[in-house]
Amino acid sequence: MGQTVIEKIIAHNIGADSVKPGDIVTAQVDRVMLDDIMIPFIVDKFKEMGFPKVWDPDKVVLIYDHLVPASQQDDTRHFKIGDAFVEQYGIKHIHRSDGICHQLMTEAGYVKPGDVVFGTDSHTTTYGCVGAFSTGIGYTEMAAILGTGTLWVKVPETIRIQIDGRLPEGVMSKDIILRLIGDLGADGATYRALEFCGSTVEEMSVSSRMTMANMAIEAGAKCAVFTPDEKTAAYCGIALDAFQRQLVGDADAVYLKTMTYRAEDFEPVMACPSQVDKIRNVSELEGTVIDQVFIGSCTNGRLEDLQAAARVLDGKQVAPFVKLIVTPASRKVYEEADRLGVLRTLAEAGAIITHPGCGLCCGRTGGILSDGERVVATNNRNFLGRMGTSKVEIYLASPATAAACAVAGKIVRS
Amino acid sequence: MGMTIAEKIIARAAGVDTVKAGDIHTVNLDRMMSNDGTTHLTVDMYHNKLNHPHIADTKKMVFIVDHNVPADNPKTAASQKKMRDFAREHNIDFWEGKGVCHQIMMEHYVCPGELIFGADSHTCTYGALGAFGTGVGCTDLLYGMVTGTSWVLVPETIKCNLTGRLPEGVYPRDLMLTIIGTIGANGANYQVMEFCGEGAKTLSVNDRMVLCNLSVEVGAKTAIFEADEIALEYLKARGREPKAVFRSDADASYVKEYTFDLSEIQPVAAKPDFVDAVVPAKEVCGVHIDEAFLGSCNNGRIDELRVGAAIVKGRKVSDHVRFLVVPASQEVYLQALEEGLIATFMESGAIVMNPNCSVCWGSCQGVIGENEVLISTGTRNFKGRAGHPSSKVYLGSAATVAASAVKGEICTADML
Amino acid sequence: MEQFTGRVWVLGDDIDTDIIIPTEYLAMKTIDDMKQYGFSPLRPELAAQIREGDIIVAGKNFGCGSSREQAPEVIKALGIRCILAKSFARIFFRNSINNGLLLIEQPDLYDDMKEGDTITVTVNQDVDYQGKTYPIASLPENLVEIINAGGLVRAMRRRNGLDQD
Repeated sequence: MGQTVIEKIIAHNIGADSVKPGDIVTAQVDRVMLDDIMIPFIVDKFKEMGFPKVWDPDKVVLIYDHLVPASQQDDTRHFKIGDAFVEQYGIKHIHRSDGICHQLMTEAGYVKPGDVVFGTDSHTTTYGCVGAFSTGIGYTEMAAILGTGTLWVKVPETIRIQIDGRLPEGVMSKDIILRLIGDLGADGATYRALEFCGSTVEEMSVSSRMTMANMAIEAGAKCAVFTPDEKTAAYCGIALDAFQRQLVGDADAVYLKTMTYRAEDFEPVMACPSQVDKIRNVSELEGTVIDQVFIGSCTNGRLEDLQAAARVLDGKQVAPFVKLIVTPASRKVYEEADRLGVLRTLAEAGAIITHPGCGLCCGRTGGILSDGERVVATNNRNFLGRMGTSKVEIYLASPATAAACAVAGKIVRS
Repeated sequence: MGMTIAEKIIARAAGVDTVKAGDIHTVNLDRMMSNDGTTHLTVDMYHNKLNHPHIADTKKMVFIVDHNVPADNPKTAASQKKMRDFAREHNIDFWEGKGVCHQIMMEHYVCPGELIFGADSHTCTYGALGAFGTGVGCTDLLYGMVTGTSWVLVPETIKCNLTGRLPEGVYPRDLMLTIIGTIGANGANYQVMEFCGEGAKTLSVNDRMVLCNLSVEVGAKTAIFEADEIALEYLKARGREPKAVFRSDADASYVKEYTFDLSEIQPVAAKPDFVDAVVPAKEVCGVHIDEAFLGSCNNGRIDELRVGAAIVKGRKVSDHVRFLVVPASQEVYLQALEEGLIATFMESGAIVMNPNCSVCWGSCQGVIGENEVLISTGTRNFKGRAGHPSSKVYLGSAATVAASAVKGEICTADML
Repeated sequence: MEQFTGRVWVLGDDIDTDIIIPTEYLAMKTIDDMKQYGFSPLRPELAAQIREGDIIVAGKNFGCGSSREQAPEVIKALGIRCILAKSFARIFFRNSINNGLLLIEQPDLYDDMKEGDTITVTVNQDVDYQGKTYPIASLPENLVEIINAGGLVRAMRRRNGLDQD
């Protein structure tokens, strides 16, 4: 019988011919990502568990991003603990101020198609953009992986999402995933895998796919995956091997369901406060006055996102009394945006450009808001209190829409 | 008897022919600046303490959000919202995230001969353009806002005669720290420092800002340079006209005179926790650091970014050092982008932040933790200034800070 | 069969991890430092009101959002004995089991439940609320093993020969 992409990855990982949803298997972990918020807890649990060494220091990547730059006195304690852990156990990969963990994991080549990867952050689903099985876990499980190199996994059922055709002007992959979350509901894919296919996603850049895989968790999904192709190979700097080339859902694979969309039917949307699945067309929200715009995060802080914003902002000015905060996803994104004049365009339009990191998305600094204020943001969550008090209203949108809103000072279509 | 520049500015603002040190005069203020450190308090008083709240002249007011920007917690966000709403309601010039207040004031507002109050101690920076700028509390600012006037006690003036020219690799910041070390942290209390002499002619407006900005660290009410052709050129390039160009009379009276030979100045550092604990930089070399900061209203302009970038070019920031580079304004940032300096800093591994007060202000970003050590181009190294009470701050020039970031310990640029 | 009775706090659908413990407090040194901020965006007074042995009853998708394990740890530290919800988010579910916080899925109880009332839970069997019985399922075997070991840390300590069975 046929297999879905995720089933193929898991079966390959455990050396089986096939697996089926519901099977509980022990996966051999190809790579793990540890972030700065969780590192003290991971180290505590790891030591408490009594492991003498880390199973494979080359497979461990530690990334400081939530707390860069430190905004509170105790923040740097996390760096000290992380540095000491790296030193003591010979961890091979550490990034101290290079950008957001999920961006770096794919951009710096730590994740390859077909890999099984876990990270201590829920948006670890992102690496499905290159055809990996990746998902977020807690710090206790991470500590156990560091010692054993394994983790139990229940094989998820797969929801297939087929999108064909050409997206209309001004519609980005963010609009697709938001619409999908709206259709699925915030728990509509809980414990399940999303598998994207169709001509629209085949045409997409790896960056656009990242946006969609990144937000799969907002529908509760365990993971999301795209079939690796030539774009993936180029992005990862590899040639696809035989296993990676056949990571496509079989015609006779069993899917929980298939959702089919025509690209031409999508339009710019927003997730309204304070639920990720409260999706409205931007046209229905036009005129809503805003106080701030945030362009950044592991969802939408990449070069193509900044370029989309720059196209809208070129020669224009951010509306009076409105703040536009731009936080590139990584050092490399920042440098490329600088080289291509994108930062210049954004800064001339009045954007506040910060160093790469999680920034406002993680709600610790980078543009916190106050009671009654409204923000349009390109990140992944609009939960109550995520960017300040519970009386802040967060609207999630694509970078193109966000930039247009910054110029208008209210919600508008790009 | 003759008058100093400061006395002439006060006389003009008071509408009298002469003033002398010790006089108290009611003056018309040319401009008032308030930032997010205290504006919310001023706004509260405006609403709650006044019987007939009004603003004498909204054109004289400038509000600037620069300390915690973008906002780092709900409290600072609420303060800034109060400020933003007030500015919008009263049609007050409002800047947010475009740079440190004093840099914005210099780029867009300050004119020679003006008397300017700012609700920030480093308002003394404006003397670089021959203006009398001084820091006040928010009550004084509120009074000024409502009446357009205030009172001043005419300060005595100290003459700082500068001779010679700074050697290669020595910067105005080294000069000013040396002066502070010589005069002492309260050596100019309530007095004006007037910089003059042939050495002053060798200094750009940027350089002069470095000197004036730190004058408050010796307790000065302000510091001032004569608005010479260098100052007027700066002003002209920005499309502004001087209000009045004053120079001190030959027979003006000074309470004290110092002479500093610029050619003898060497790289120096101020040790924790006092700005006047100044020693030759060589004496603190080897001190392990956790963070380095290049920025602030004192030292975050294009000149300093050029110095820092030249040092880190082709090198990497030490693994265990967080090197924060924070342009003083959006204008500086754009210039630095244009010149490739930002690219150089990013390539070296530095953390390049949006223009703001950053860790000089010790909250919001780049905060240092328990027992950590920072070397900084900021204005102050007081106990706990940059974060945890047990942390330490050394002050040095942009060159020393950049070199230290690369080496991982304090060192001067020639030691790399 | 293990049985316990407790007072109930009723929360809604989609109680996310940012509500359970906001990011602002995540870098505090200990869970005990953090727990006073539990549920603060939604009900700032709740953390102080919860007493040892209380039970949370909630709607669908409890614990959605972040992978932060501080979320179940904070709830446990506040004294919550177990959470009954229509459904749980995946990562939160795993994190809770790994910390020995009991989660039970029950589709109907939430719709009937009134805050402040007490319920009696018989593990792997049912819930009794004012004489009405609500069936609950048993946990999968591999999870029972972790819970029986006293959480994942204890299970690993045993594996590494630090603790005896």
